[in-house]
Amino acid sequence: MVSKRLLFVFSAILVLAMALAGCAATPAAAPTGGEAAPATEGEAAAGGGQLEVFSWWTSGGEAAALQALFDAYAAQYPDVEIVNATVAGGGGSAARGVLQTRLAGGDVPDTWQVHPGFELIGQYVDPGYVASVTDLYESEGWNDVVPEALRNMMTQDGEIYQVTVGVHRGNGFWYNKKLLDANGVTVGDTMTADEFIAIADQLKAAGVTPLCVGDNGIWATAQLFENTLLGTIGPEAYLGLWDGSVSFDDPGVKQAMETYGKMLDYQNEDHSALSWDQAIKKLMEGGCAFSSMGDWAYGEFVNAQQKDMEDFGWVSHPGTAGSFMIVADGFPIGNGSKNPENARNWLKVLGSKEAQEAFNPLKGSICARTDCDRAKFGMYHNWSMDSFANDALVPSVVHGSAAPADFQQALNDAVTSFVVDRNVDAFAAALVAGAQMSGFGQ
Amino acid sequence: MTTASLTQANRQPPRRRWHIPERTQSFLLLLPSILALIIFVYVFISFTFWVSLSNWRTLKIDLSLREPLFATYGELFGMVRWQADLRNTFVFTVFFIAFALTLGLTLAILLDRHLRGNHIFRNIFLFPYALSFVVTGVAWRWIFNPETGFNIFFEMLGINALLQQMGMAPLKPGWITDPNVVLQVNQLLAYAWPPALGWQVKWGIPMAMIPIAIAATWQLSGFVMALYVGGMATISDEVREAARIDGATEFQVYQKVIIPMLRPVTISVVVILLHVSLKIFDLVYTMSGVGPGFATDVPSIFVFEMMFKATRYNLGTAAAIVMLLLVALVIVPYLASSLRQED
Repeated sequence: MVSKRLLFVFSAILVLAMALAGCAATPAAAPTGGEAAPATEGEAAAGGGQLEVFSWWTSGGEAAALQALFDAYAAQYPDVEIVNATVAGGGGSAARGVLQTRLAGGDVPDTWQVHPGFELIGQYVDPGYVASVTDLYESEGWNDVVPEALRNMMTQDGEIYQVTVGVHRGNGFWYNKKLLDANGVTVGDTMTADEFIAIADQLKAAGVTPLCVGDNGIWATAQLFENTLLGTIGPEAYLGLWDGSVSFDDPGVKQAMETYGKMLDYQNEDHSALSWDQAIKKLMEGGCAFSSMGDWAYGEFVNAQQKDMEDFGWVSHPGTAGSFMIVADGFPIGNGSKNPENARNWLKVLGSKEAQEAFNPLKGSICARTDCDRAKFGMYHNWSMDSFANDALVPSVVHGSAAPADFQQALNDAVTSFVVDRNVDAFAAALVAGAQMSGFGQ
Repeated sequence: MTTASLTQANRQPPRRRWHIPERTQSFLLLLPSILALIIFVYVFISFTFWVSLSNWRTLKIDLSLREPLFATYGELFGMVRWQADLRNTFVFTVFFIAFALTLGLTLAILLDRHLRGNHIFRNIFLFPYALSFVVTGVAWRWIFNPETGFNIFFEMLGINALLQQMGMAPLKPGWITDPNVVLQVNQLLAYAWPPALGWQVKWGIPMAMIPIAIAATWQLSGFVMALYVGGMATISDEVREAARIDGATEFQVYQKVIIPMLRPVTISVVVILLHVSLKIFDLVYTMSGVGPGFATDVPSIFVFEMMFKATRYNLGTAAAIVMLLLVALVIVPYLASSLRQED
């Protein structure tokens, strides 16, 4: 009896599920039919239709910031349905694979999250996956408010391909102020590598771990190297690395590797078990004094109710005062996407002062345009805005702007070896080979 | 109505307009799956091989052949990371199979003794096999974290306090964060072949690989046990009785009779574990990732990162082809021998 009733329930569920699947399938199948297709096109022309935004902003603050952009867009274009195609995974590690597959298969999203520089130019502009937006920069007057160095990172053969919505500063050096005060250390407005090493020796003698690194996903220590490289050879030579005028076995680069190795001697023992945010947490808990990290770390301090220049402080990474390591996010227009007009409007909204002022305080970054209202930002970001307006803007390798993805991987791999074997010659040789294989700067 | 037509059909055998021989019939029945197999396995393997010879090294698809042919394979085997990967796979395989076989066999023998509640224990031991490797990886990552895991026991049990009293360093292994490679044979290799001294990769046992082998053993030894229990069930009690009458001790019964009779099971187990260890990805990726100085990197992680992070499609596919060959080295002789037995 019971089993018969069960059978009935199961078959009822099965039939219901099939019916539901049938209903769901019908509208999806409709656009492929010849009759339904013109209707959707007509809608798009009238300002309706869809806008598919592909990103990997899924965590708390990031998702809220993305929502602020959606709200700004929906206020102007209420008829457009926004499709939020996010793929979770830190740094887009999972999302990029999905995006690559879609692009290769011709299923181009309307717009997606991209870093300026090589990631934009090499991965998306060269294969022709994105369309030019030069005319938008002219009609919206963005050429006057977006710094030239940033525009150059988005330009190929005189055409601009991206609108940048927010900028992070990659060369931050964060410290636990209370811990330093207790050990009688004061940090000025800037710091050199030698000053850091003197402080680190003093801290080490007092039994304090001087430097926290969380290189479980190796990039955090690669970023430490990148910042040290910038601090040692300066912004001009650093930029020269990417156009080929400076080689990776240059004496300056090797000196940077030595300094980086010295800094690694001061790092926490469990560095390879931690992620970058766990390293920052360790710093806040007094487990170490300094950590080199981009200013997304600022959000971690704020979330933990820490006070600027009371509980924690910041300075440029040793030797990098006067430079701004750009880690920026923006969006292009997919070439051959379904709703190009909606995507153009999306970029118009992203470039506007209002949208950037709504987005950046939530994301913890600053505007890509230099005329944003400073009162909307806190103490750290005002400091960062000054740096953005006045300093040399340089691209980051670790975050995909300075060099192609394969060199980024080569750098990560070379750093992985160097952290253990500290072989400067092998490190330099690996980077030279990586640059040659990657084919940039020749 | 239906019964009527059925009885009619029974009475009058259907006229055979065309006759299909049985061999052709079975071929036609198998044809769809053969076609699917050819396309989705062999054609794709061939395509992968072609990509590994090509110039495709950015997002832009480029299937032109790279000059000289097999240059990508040369590049691959010249890479420090890939050399470390091969070393790690070898070390992991040896430890993992040794641990899992020993533990699985021991558990099976214990269950074979008909202890009380052995049904419960059988399920308990088999349970980890039902988990996903990702879950195992995350859990064991905490256990082998030097700050939060095992090492806390050394503190709690007073071992470190004792060591300190004796003037020795506290016991605080780095587990998955330990970059050391012990028992290095680079020096030895250099006697046979001097250039080996210049190799950047240290050939030896990466310490961080051992915790990973332990985690994998935890997951799969129950499965090994289940296979052995099944194998032992087929050995009749008369055989054991005969051995005992001949004066064998219980230990000897297992050593001289049961375990030799389980040889076919052992071979299957080794082959299954070998292909698991050669292709392992999720456990290592979630537990330690690449590891300090590539101490826990494995070929599958290399393939993943080269394909989807570095967009080096030719290098990633070349590594995948080498992995396929390694697995084939294990599987093909096994298949060949089992086919021969069937004939």
